[in-house]
Amino acid sequence: MKKILLSSIIVIIGFTFIGRLSYLQIFRSTPDQILDNAAVKVIYDYPERGFIYDRNGELLVANQPAYDVMVIPREVKPLDTLEFCSLLGIDKPRFVEQMRKARVYSPRLPSVLVPQLSKADYARLQEKMRKYEGFYIQKRSLRYYDTPSGANVLGYISEVNEADIRRNPYYIQGELTGRTGIEKQYEEELRGVKGVKFIQKDRFNRSIGPYKDGTLDTLPEQGKEIHVTLDKKLQEYGERLMHGKRGGIVAIEPGTGEILALISGPTYDPALLVGRQRSANYSKLHYDTISKPTWDRALLAQPSPGSPFKTLNALVALQEGVMNPESTVRCYNGFYVGNKLRGCHCGGGLRDMNSGIYKSCNAYFAATFRKIYEKYPTTDEGMDVWEKHMKSFGLGDYLGYDLPTGRKGRIPDKEYYDRVYGDNRWASSFIISNSIGQGEVAATPIQLANMTAAIANRGYYFTPHVIKKIAGRDVIDPKFTTPHYTTIDKQHFEPVVQGMADVYTKGTAKWLQIPGIEIAGKTGTVENFTKINGVRTQLTDHSLFVAFAPVDNPKIALAVYIEHGYYGARYAGHIASLLIEKYLKGEITRTDLEKRMLEKTLEAEYAKPYSGEEFKINEYVW
Amino acid sequence: MSGKSVFKRVDWLTILLYLILVSIGWVNIYSATFSEEGRSLFDFSQLYGKQLFFIGVSLIGAFILLILEAQFYERFSSLMYILTMILLLGLFAFGKNIAGATSWYNLGFFNLQPSELAKFTTALALARYLSDIQTDIKQVKDQLFALLIILIPVLLIIPQPDPGSALVFLALVFVLFREGLPLFYLVIAFVALIIFIATLMFGTIWVGIILALLIAVFLLVKKSSFKVPLFPLLSFFVLSIVFSLSVNFVFENVFEQRHRDRFSLWLRLEKDPEKLDEIRKTIGYNTYQSEKAIESGGGLGKGFLEGTRTKGDFVPEQHTDYIFSTVGEEWGFVGTATVVILFTALLLRLVYLAERQKNDFSRMYGYGVISILLIHYFINIGMVTGLLPTIGIPLPFFSYGGSALIGFTVLLFIFLKLDANRLNEWL
Repeated sequence: MKKILLSSIIVIIGFTFIGRLSYLQIFRSTPDQILDNAAVKVIYDYPERGFIYDRNGELLVANQPAYDVMVIPREVKPLDTLEFCSLLGIDKPRFVEQMRKARVYSPRLPSVLVPQLSKADYARLQEKMRKYEGFYIQKRSLRYYDTPSGANVLGYISEVNEADIRRNPYYIQGELTGRTGIEKQYEEELRGVKGVKFIQKDRFNRSIGPYKDGTLDTLPEQGKEIHVTLDKKLQEYGERLMHGKRGGIVAIEPGTGEILALISGPTYDPALLVGRQRSANYSKLHYDTISKPTWDRALLAQPSPGSPFKTLNALVALQEGVMNPESTVRCYNGFYVGNKLRGCHCGGGLRDMNSGIYKSCNAYFAATFRKIYEKYPTTDEGMDVWEKHMKSFGLGDYLGYDLPTGRKGRIPDKEYYDRVYGDNRWASSFIISNSIGQGEVAATPIQLANMTAAIANRGYYFTPHVIKKIAGRDVIDPKFTTPHYTTIDKQHFEPVVQGMADVYTKGTAKWLQIPGIEIAGKTGTVENFTKINGVRTQLTDHSLFVAFAPVDNPKIALAVYIEHGYYGARYAGHIASLLIEKYLKGEITRTDLEKRMLEKTLEAEYAKPYSGEEFKINEYVW
Repeated sequence: MSGKSVFKRVDWLTILLYLILVSIGWVNIYSATFSEEGRSLFDFSQLYGKQLFFIGVSLIGAFILLILEAQFYERFSSLMYILTMILLLGLFAFGKNIAGATSWYNLGFFNLQPSELAKFTTALALARYLSDIQTDIKQVKDQLFALLIILIPVLLIIPQPDPGSALVFLALVFVLFREGLPLFYLVIAFVALIIFIATLMFGTIWVGIILALLIAVFLLVKKSSFKVPLFPLLSFFVLSIVFSLSVNFVFENVFEQRHRDRFSLWLRLEKDPEKLDEIRKTIGYNTYQSEKAIESGGGLGKGFLEGTRTKGDFVPEQHTDYIFSTVGEEWGFVGTATVVILFTALLLRLVYLAERQKNDFSRMYGYGVISILLIHYFINIGMVTGLLPTIGIPLPFFSYGGSALIGFTVLLFIFLKLDANRLNEWL
């Protein structure tokens, strides 16, 4: 027994291995994937990326040809490096480094040696290329921008990185993919599908014709052109108005939810991110951490909504029946929370809903807000009701629009305050700031524009979106064509809309009237704070404005947010009224106002917190 | 006494098998490490060139081992054992860290791995101790001492950390079984292993049910005259359940996640195909790639230097622990089966040689050699073909590595010398 134990173990192991190997190599063996096969060369045929047009069919983005020099390290033969480098216009250390990287990536797959040659370089190089084995030129198309605007919303394309390749095996090194904005969102439509040709090679690496007679080859599928809902003229005009200012503007067509303009300032010329200067330009933009040009303020900034939020509180009060349009509140140039007076700029006196809105009376809305809560036995219940109404306007959560970035904003709920103050240790007086859109509420400009669109529609909104047509056909996506109804009944909107219209005729924006256009709007002046050397410091107020026009049958609803622009009518109000006039009339009659907005910058205001010196806020200088 | 005669008596069949394995091994290392930039075979900057040098050193070493006095090995076994243990101990102070394990001395041109040397010195020391006239393997005291000889290198190697190499020494218990350690121990270990795996795969409840069923079947089919030892049967059942429960505890609380992942992969414990795929691509990446490479070889292989996965460096560590996957891809089932048959033949031949020894020391050492070669071969090919979890130890005579090749050569040729000398014992 002992003598044969080991022998039998050896024999059993032998049989096990033979069994396992025959299973692996005979029963389960599958021929290698074609791409793993060194004897097959793969050539890709890239389709042209789809064009992007605006809502009126104006061209926004097209293509221009570019040429990449590719290398397959294994096939490179000794060459005259100096001559080759001077042809390519690079220096030798760069060449050596690129070759090393290419070899590390893969000795037998193509890597990009020099990306995006110009036409002239290509012409010079092309006739000499055959001298250099292992190198070849791949034609590719680059983006061409027919507008200096919309960099953030259009987005840019860039070479895929290793993470992209891992995530989506469709891509191989050197290919381009949409990185932000519309280019990213509609990548698959715009990109098309690349075609592929397999070429059989012999052991000397010579091509000897199509692999398997070309049965595996595929033709490229063209990228689709898309029409977006943006209005090129409006977008460009808005960006010119944003010159020297930081902030975001969103304009929406209330009847459809189509985004007419999505402007973030400061912005940059999208053509900067094309061609060989791309990476230098990108670094410059990306590392500008003070003005952040690549940060889309229209989608990502989350200021407190300020006074425009009062309109929602008015609507909730009407819906809940705690106020009617005729109810009055006396303003003592402010209102008391406990025994502390909070200020108001409306001038004081008796306010009803109409004058409360158009004079933007803080006291009136503080009282309104309190009444909403006092209707319910506990603040918790009041909070739930209030939160439900607010969220029905698309606030406090992602809107679901078709762009790849966004923020939720914030509508605080009872859990939020329980966390901050402790369970049952807060009441409506703690959160009274929400009544005037300060405090804990926050919303992105697109949420504010959407909220305005909901008011303009008297009770519903469509999810904002930028896509209009794909490949010439209208996009009918139920996501964008189903109205979202707010929790406010239609009849309650009229008094509020009237108040907003009176903002223009006799209220905080009466200097901004446009002859012949009836506008409803609401100014907002948002207090804000930052930390300078660890000290909480108040900065100049953000200037905010929401508006829609015409009052009956609205065509445009917009939100304008200008960082540190002081009071609402000052910058945001002006810009909003100019944009509305431009969109509805096509031309500007108030040229002096236009000139002032185009030229005036807020750079001095933005430099203040970084100056290291004492500074004043809310200075009234024109 | 030695001189010419040793070459007449030495077992040439074993040497032939050894040479074939080393040659096939080198051819595959060449294929796994060459680059097409056209260098000579003797280019020592290339791994295959270095390996060729190590093969030369091994052959010279083998020759020297054969002409040395046979008594030398028995006489100096304790000394060599102690020396290698000192070398292992010295690693804690002077060792060089390669890929996370402090297992090497840096000797300039070449890194010495003392654990490879410890393999044959431990086998020698164990044989020396067991063959001592005063040692009685039936006595617990002597069993423990023999175990101590095996465990000292294990304890020195585990903290390097190199659990794979440490595991190899445990194979030496086969020598003890051959020399009279009751097989009862082996049966217990085997049953424990089965329960361990079954618990992980099916859970304690099923293990209990299956055991109960087996006992019931046993009671039913037994001869009526056979008196059932009820108490031992019952305590066996209870102990098994307790063991099974402790397996669960150890698996969940003592093992680290990476260990659990290895078992999940090996025993297909993870039922969620996405997670299994995830594990396969991270923890199981090596095994996955080596299985794929072997599969892609098919029946006849892709041919020498034609392995696209080998050339593309798909399989990590292919020239060392995963060299067998090169055989699989380039030579197909024909190649892999040949290698398995060659190993089986070599091991069986060694068993035959060991059994014909008149001298206890020689036979015991022979068994030590077989145990060490067998466990390497079993674990390595088991791992590369995905039968066993990943335990990184080299394939004898195949894997790239000077210390390993020289170590295995010394291990084998000392035994061949002892074998060639067996008739002289009577003189």
